[in-house]
Amino acid sequence: MKFNDLLKEIFWAISGNKARSSLTILGIVIGIASVIALISLGQGAKNAISSSIQSIGSNLIIVTPGSQRSGFGLSAGRGSAQTLTLADAEAIKQQISNINGVAPEVSRRYQVTAAGQNTNTNVIGTMTDYQTVRNINIDTGSFISDVQVTGDAKVAVLGPTTRDDLFGAGTDPIGKTIRINSVNFKVVGVTKSKGGSGFNNPDDAIYIPISTAQHFLSGGNSVADISVSAADQSSMIAVQDDISTLLLARHKISNSASADFSLMNQNDIVSAASSVTSTFTTLLAGIASISLLVGGIGIMNMMLTTVTERTREIGLRKAIGAKKSDISRQFLLEAIMLTFLGGAFGIILGYLVSLILSRLISIQGQVTVSSILLAFGVSAAVGIIFGYYPARRAAGLNPIEALRYE
Amino acid sequence: MIECQNITKAYQTGDISTTVLNKVSLKIKDGEFVAIVGPSGSGKSTLMHILGLLDTATSGQYFFDNQDVIKLSDDSLADLRREKIGFVFQAFNLLPRATILRNVMLPLVYSKIPENEREDQAKKALNEVGLEKDHWQKLSNQLSGGQMQRVAIARSLVNNPSIIFADEPTGNLATQQSEIVMETFKKLNKQGRTIILITHEHDIAENANRIISIRDGIIEKDEKN
Repeated sequence: MKFNDLLKEIFWAISGNKARSSLTILGIVIGIASVIALISLGQGAKNAISSSIQSIGSNLIIVTPGSQRSGFGLSAGRGSAQTLTLADAEAIKQQISNINGVAPEVSRRYQVTAAGQNTNTNVIGTMTDYQTVRNINIDTGSFISDVQVTGDAKVAVLGPTTRDDLFGAGTDPIGKTIRINSVNFKVVGVTKSKGGSGFNNPDDAIYIPISTAQHFLSGGNSVADISVSAADQSSMIAVQDDISTLLLARHKISNSASADFSLMNQNDIVSAASSVTSTFTTLLAGIASISLLVGGIGIMNMMLTTVTERTREIGLRKAIGAKKSDISRQFLLEAIMLTFLGGAFGIILGYLVSLILSRLISIQGQVTVSSILLAFGVSAAVGIIFGYYPARRAAGLNPIEALRYE
Repeated sequence: MIECQNITKAYQTGDISTTVLNKVSLKIKDGEFVAIVGPSGSGKSTLMHILGLLDTATSGQYFFDNQDVIKLSDDSLADLRREKIGFVFQAFNLLPRATILRNVMLPLVYSKIPENEREDQAKKALNEVGLEKDHWQKLSNQLSGGQMQRVAIARSLVNNPSIIFADEPTGNLATQQSEIVMETFKKLNKQGRTIILITHEHDIAENANRIISIRDGIIEKDEKN
């Protein structure tokens, strides 16, 4: 039997009972569509998360203080110690090679007022390098200068959201005064929007010189963290090791296991975040593929019904010279065709669902070629697996009994 | 040509063995019109199934067109049925959702005949059984019983077989329709085709040139008509 004839027979069989065929493939359509849509959204979420991590800065290494230990070994938790100082930051800048910038920072939320408006926002005390290290771009005015840092200048650079909150959207606040914790600051610049949300939104922040923050706001000499930007991707590991060695020496700690600081590398954060989203995507796709399994059982059920209904036809085909292989190929291919059609419609539906969801939620879904290939492969496999048994049953029928079947 | 010797067919159900055919020997020459008659349970259908290569004998020898077919595989038997045998059944066994033309072309799907010749062959077969042209595109369930059986005969003819087996072809038909169908078989026989007719009705068997009576798995009578 030629493949061409086989296809015609299958077309007649499937189109001969349109209602049942379409209801049967609906299971596959839903299964494939949900797998496609969920993988697409998972991919979108992964892209969004890694791009938002990338937007923090480039080749970033963040040094944070370790836990504070009392004399009895009681730990107050990571980041609680006040072991990092401006001197540490200065030492890193002087002694470590292959770095683009070092930016220590202290930050705390304060109530901020200006011209009758007030807001509660994150006030970050830092240095000029912060702009390089954290990819901050200036919209109007300028960022904090080295002179302002050494001179304890009471100047502030506003994030665009903070500017909107304090002065109203689109106004130019340069030269105006804001009050942070009863201290007056002159606005010297506004940063460009980076986009972002949540607690550490770089758009909703006020940047002031770190010296000013230490002297007038937080007091003390410690810094909350030191951000270091490595020259390039490949030197990150070396830079990280050098910083560790340097700080261990400065803090007079011989055993690196009891270091009073910890180092975080941006790549680690990205890969940790992507592995989390990948796990979730796999989990969701796994749950969605259960419906694919149910759809496959639906196909098997329909094929078994078809074989029973068409027993006499199978008997006749055998009597007029069809071989076992002709019969089994016909029914197997019929099942594969059903799942394949289901797969094709499922991909279209999944694509539409991911488009609609992308509009409704802020994640930009991404339907990849690999997920489409996966969907086609899985639907063909479902057809083969669930079509095999009915096809074998059809091929194994005894022609005499099949012809007599009522 | 058909030649069989000592064909025995027995079924084993548990400890009980039932012999349906008991050492049947017969010879049918090309161009004969043979009726095999007998009451139900006589073994005539089993004999037709074995002669028509749908079933195999438990023991004995069978030569189909001088070829020993006892030891052939299922697939080789399917090849022989496709090339040399046509079947007509009591219940017509047409595909209900297919047109008449497609029903007649069905055996050719399994042959090596190119697609463009199939339709011509099917039309030729339909002309031979005398089914009018305006029925050809109808679905099979839109025809009368007699017309359906003639479509089935056309289907058995389409691959130009040397033998046609007809199993109770008039069993589901009214008398008038039966006569038309039997006339069709007579006409085909006159053109030189071998026809083997299985029936339990003696007046239908009267149409044949030779009547083989079977009872309890044994040939009782074998006489010219």
